[in-house]
Formats: sequence, C-alpha cells, structure tokens
Amino acid sequence: MRHAMCMRGHRIVVLAAALSLGLVSAAPAQQAAEPAPVKIGIITFLTGPAAAPFGIPGRNGAEVIIEALNAGKVPAPYNQVGLGGAKIEAKYVDEAGSTAQVVTEYRNLVQRDKVDVVVGFVSSGSCLAVAPVADELQALTVFDVCGTTRIFEEKPRKYIFRVNPHATMDNVAAARYVLNKLKTVNTYSGINQNYAWGQDSWRDFTLAMKNLAPQATADKVLFPKLFAGEFGAEISALLTSNAQVIHSSFYDGDLEAFIYQGGARGLLSRTPIVFTTGETSLYRVGAKLPDGVMIGARGPHALMAHQGPLNSWLWQAYTDRFSMPPVYPAYHMAQSLFGLKAAWEKAQAKKGGARPTTDEVIAAFEGIEVVTPSTTVRLAIGKGHQGVSDTAYGTYRFNKSEGKPELVDIVRYPAECVNPPADMDSVAWLEGGMKGAKCD
Amino acid sequence: MTWRNTLVGALAFAVVASAAVVLPAWLMSLATIALANALVVLGLIILWRAGLVPFGQALFYATGAYTVALLGRFTDLRDAVLFVIAAALLSGILAYLVGLLLARYRDIFFAMLSLAMSMILYGVLVKTETLGSTDGFHVESATFFGSALHGRTAELVLFWFVLAWCALAALVVSVYFRSVAGSLAVPVREREIRLEFLGISVNRLIHLKLIIAGTLAGIGGALAALAVEHVDPTMAYWTTSGGFVFVTILAGAGSIAAAFIGSFLFELVRSVAVDLMPGTWQIILGTVLLLTILFLPGGLGSVVTVGRRRLGIKTP
Repeated sequence: MRHAMCMRGHRIVVLAAALSLGLVSAAPAQQAAEPAPVKIGIITFLTGPAAAPFGIPGRNGAEVIIEALNAGKVPAPYNQVGLGGAKIEAKYVDEAGSTAQVVTEYRNLVQRDKVDVVVGFVSSGSCLAVAPVADELQALTVFDVCGTTRIFEEKPRKYIFRVNPHATMDNVAAARYVLNKLKTVNTYSGINQNYAWGQDSWRDFTLAMKNLAPQATADKVLFPKLFAGEFGAEISALLTSNAQVIHSSFYDGDLEAFIYQGGARGLLSRTPIVFTTGETSLYRVGAKLPDGVMIGARGPHALMAHQGPLNSWLWQAYTDRFSMPPVYPAYHMAQSLFGLKAAWEKAQAKKGGARPTTDEVIAAFEGIEVVTPSTTVRLAIGKGHQGVSDTAYGTYRFNKSEGKPELVDIVRYPAECVNPPADMDSVAWLEGGMKGAKCD
Repeated sequence: MTWRNTLVGALAFAVVASAAVVLPAWLMSLATIALANALVVLGLIILWRAGLVPFGQALFYATGAYTVALLGRFTDLRDAVLFVIAAALLSGILAYLVGLLLARYRDIFFAMLSLAMSMILYGVLVKTETLGSTDGFHVESATFFGSALHGRTAELVLFWFVLAWCALAALVVSVYFRSVAGSLAVPVREREIRLEFLGISVNRLIHLKLIIAGTLAGIGGALAALAVEHVDPTMAYWTTSGGFVFVTILAGAGSIAAAFIGSFLFELVRSVAVDLMPGTWQIILGTVLLLTILFLPGGLGSVVTVGRRRLGIKTP
C-alpha cells in the first residue's frame, strides 16, 4: 500500500515539474520575418568561492556582449545582429555543486532546453567531466576559463572548442617575466593551493624555470589546502627563505587573505612575487597590494589588452553597466562568444546565408583565427580546437591620485614563445626543453 | 502483510521501469543519478533507525566510484555487473575494517570519526596527481553483458541496470528489517544497555549495520560513476556526506520507498531551483528542508503513515 501511494505522489510531482518547466521554457511567439533565435546555455559559477573572481565577471561579460550583439551595437567585425542575424537567447546556469550535478545540468541544457550551443565551465574538473558527454550528445560546446591542458591532450574532441589558451602559457610566461625582471634567479619558492590547478601551475612553472634558468632551484614548495584562508605558518616559512622570487596561482579569497596577511608581515615588500591570476582581485585589494608585485591575467587582457575599437567598446560598456572595469574572465567570455560568432557566420556565409548545422559550425570553427577585444586568437593546437594567443605580464602600481590599480612594465610574449607546438603535449614540450619556442 | 508490501514494491519498480521508455532523456539521466544516490540514503536509513548519523558515508561512495574508475583505467575489464560487484566487495571490506573502530562509538563521536575517515581518503586522492588530483578522471564506458551501447539505448539500459540494483537492495534491506538483527534497531537507539543484558552484543549489531550501509554506499558510488563517467575526490568530501544526510532528513527513516522518492525529489527540486533562480537556488533548497523539518519531522515517508492514521487504517 505504502509503495502504491508514494508512486502516485511521485507521478504527480513529475507532472507538476514537467508542467512548470514547460511554462518556463516556452518560447515566445515567432515574428514573421525574424530568423529563429540561437539558444546558448551559459554555465559558470554563480554561487560559491569561484563566483566572485571568475563566474560573475564572466556572466556579466556575457550579458553585456549578448545584449549588444542582439542590438547590433558591437563594433566591426561583429556588427551583424546576434549570430548571423539570428538573435541570441541566453540561459544562465550555476556550475556550483558536485560533478554529477554539473553533468546533469549540462544534459538538462542540451536535452531539455534544446540549446544550440553551451558556453562555459570554469572548473577544470567540470570541463573534463563534460567533454565525453558533449561528444556523446553531439552538442557543440565552447569551454570558457577552465585551464587544464588535459582536455585535448587526452583525446581529440570533435564537439568541444576552447578559444581561451590553456594554463601552460600562463606559467611559462610567468617564468619568462620573472627572469626578465630579476635578471638572475638562483632559488625560488612557490605557494599554491593543494588541488589540480595549484599543482599543475607549479609543475609548469618549475619545468619552465628548469629550461630558462637551469641553475635555479626550488626552495620552499608550499601547498596549503584549498580555501584555507589562513597562511600564518606558510608566511613564516617564506620569510625564513632566501628565495629571490615566489610563484603563486592563488585566486579570490585565498589570494586576498594571503595579500592581507603577507602584507602585514612585510613578506610582499621583502620578496618579489608573481601572481599568475592576480588580475581578478586588483580592484578589491587596491592599495593593500604593494607596488612591484608581478601580475598575470591568463592572457593579454583588461589592463594589458591591445588597444582598439573592440576593446574600448567592451571596457566602456562593461564599466557603464556594472560600475567596475572588466577583469580577465569577462575577456575570456568575450573570446568564447566572439569565437563562436566568427565560426557560425563563416559557416553561414559558406552556406549562402542559410542557418548552419552543428557540423558545419564545427568545420568552420576548426583552426579559425578570431579577433577578440584584447588580442587575436588562433585555434592552432588540439587539432584546431584549442586557441593560442600572445600573452603579457605586468607589474602592479597603485595610482594614489586617481585611486585605481595600474599595471606597468608590461612585457608581451608571442603565442609561439609560451605555447607548445600543435603536435606536442605541453608537459612533453616543457620536459623536452621547449623546442621551437620563438620569442622575437 | 509482508508479501503484499513486497508485491507492491515489485510492481512499483516494474511501473518505473516501463515508464522509462517514455521519459524525456534529461529526466532519465537525473533519475539515474538520483537512484544511485538513493542506495547511499538507504544505508543511512539503516543506521538512522539505530540512532546513528554518519557524516562520512562518502568514504564508501567514493570507494565504489573509484573502484569502477580504476578498473576501467588499469585493466581490460569493462563489464558493468563485474564493476558493481567489485565495488560492493571492496567497500564492504572497507566498511568491515572501519567498522572495527566505528562500531564502538555513538552520537557525535560516531559522526565525527566517520567524517574523519572519509576526509583521509579525500586527502589521499587530492594528493594523487597521477589520478588528476581534484580534477578527477574519466570513467571508461562499461559494457552490458558483452555489448557496448550508445545514445538513447545506453541511457535506457543504464537506467534499468541502476533500477535493478535498487530493487535488489530494497528487497535485501526489507528482509534485513524484518530479521531479528534488523528489528533491534530501535532498542539500540533507545536503551542499548538492556540489549546487552539480554546477551546481545550491540557493537556487533552496529558493525553489521555499518557493513550493509557501506556496501550499499559503494554500490551507489559505482552506479553514479557509471552514470556520470567521471570521478573526482569531491565524492569523498564531507559536503557529499552532508548531502546524503540532507536527503535522509527529507526522506525520513520510515520506509524503504522514501529513500528512493526522497532522493529523486531532492535532485528534481535542485534541478528546478537552478532552472528558476540560477543565482539563488540554494534558497529554494533550504526552504524545502526547513519546511520538511517543521511540518514533516518524520520526513516524506511519514506522509503515508500520517495519512493512514487520519483515515483510520492500521499501519502494518
């Protein structure tokens, strides 16, 4: 009896849920002349610790860009409305939760909401879990922000694209910039979060240092746990070390806690530090971060962007809307969306103006060169699915008179200088002496 | 009465199994994961009835999941049945070993010690860079009775596969609840010293419960790994254990069916909440739990019991 009654309740709930979902996702009535909208599902962290530094700026960037695209207000070469004239209908989803939940939400977007494209995933774990599902569901997916090199190195992926360059570039460029600024480095230390991002960042940095400064040795190698928030012991260890430079891939809460705690104990002014993703926090730490700290932005983004009408437009539109300048995750989102738009419109032009199918967009996407607000990206590696671009590092200076952060001594590195060639995995490239790197 | 309950249960599973043919794909994949998690909840219900709340059930969940993932990665085995049996055995053995210590503790000490155990596994997995650290790694697709499946068929077969394990587990647990060892749960919770005076070892009773619950969690983890095709250390993290306790509160320890329905509703509510309020969905989830605790302290399962009492039907 008990089972039967519960089963009836169960069915009613399923029905009710299905009904409510139906109401929510019901498309508005079509206007006669307008082409059907392109549905894009955008998954990023809207809640949790990765929301403030990555998720929210990415989401905000998407909002500004999609609104402007639909209104046809983005400067050339993206002045066509939406994607090839079809307006974009965006649906935002939270990436927080277990991997099972992320995969479920991804399936919901593709199978329930029938989106044409999914853009997003900040966490490398999410990207790795979603990649095989995307191939299975044959759903075009553009990874955004997540940096792991494993995506295309483990297996070629037909339906996945990543316009943003991967994380090897950030740490190779960090090593180059450190050596450029300090001339000679004999010992260096590292403080990175004890999880995949921190471990991978440190691995790439040390491998690059072995090639570029073979005499240098690692002194203190610290892996505090993720979101520890308290680094008293680590700061003491770093203060007793003679290392000439400290590498850190900290972000958000941990980065800010480390800046406040390390700043108070004089660590930041005593030893030069390179923060590979520090740019996302500059506006929040402001004057608390001493001048001279080396800052990366996972590409030549925001304060280090190449100037041009597209960059000025994004900077202005974002600042007007959110009364805060865009940080690099917003630029990453711009790369992903403009990459998709370029591929979509290329496929559409090839088809004589008719709406392209997923396979046609994929064919056009492979190996494409994309003009983005900060720089030009080429999908040169990962069998034409993974972007490479030049990158830049800068040195922090707080402009007291205007009360805003600045980056000076900006050094740019061409794509071939900091990225592995197309036929090589990044670790193999780093271990093999970074052969073929062209830096001039 | 008991044969009737079993019959109704079997019928319910048969209805769900045949309903799967018409379910939309997204709902089916959601239900697959919900059912896999329901096995963990079923194990928690066994312990809950004896007054024990473990905050470390993710230990066995992750063990089951990683067993499947590692077998796929380092051996040529691909058979789904074999995967799940291996996961059940390993997590059962682990539960036996951990139980040697855990069975002596009660209340908050039991909860904290079980949490500590799962965090040890979490720490080890995070340190293991060859297994992708926190990013985890891909689980090879399993074959079902020798054939590799794709697309809709694969989703359907996996759903039935998970459902079959759930049916088996429900049967075993209902037999256990009717056995002497199972029916002593309430005395264990209320006054265990009396049981000791009757010559019954409470620690052994609890040890057995831990092994059953651990094995169920291992099977749940294995099935979840097959459904998601990815494992990562978060599966062993305490928030995962907390999530299972959350669902147990939602479902209540009243009946076996409640574990499955509660787990499904939890996933559904979460998914609908994310759909409706992408940035603030936790408010909906929290409200649902709060309302459940306020108005249904016995969980969803108690709806049936309360309803029966109101209607004057005798509870079996």
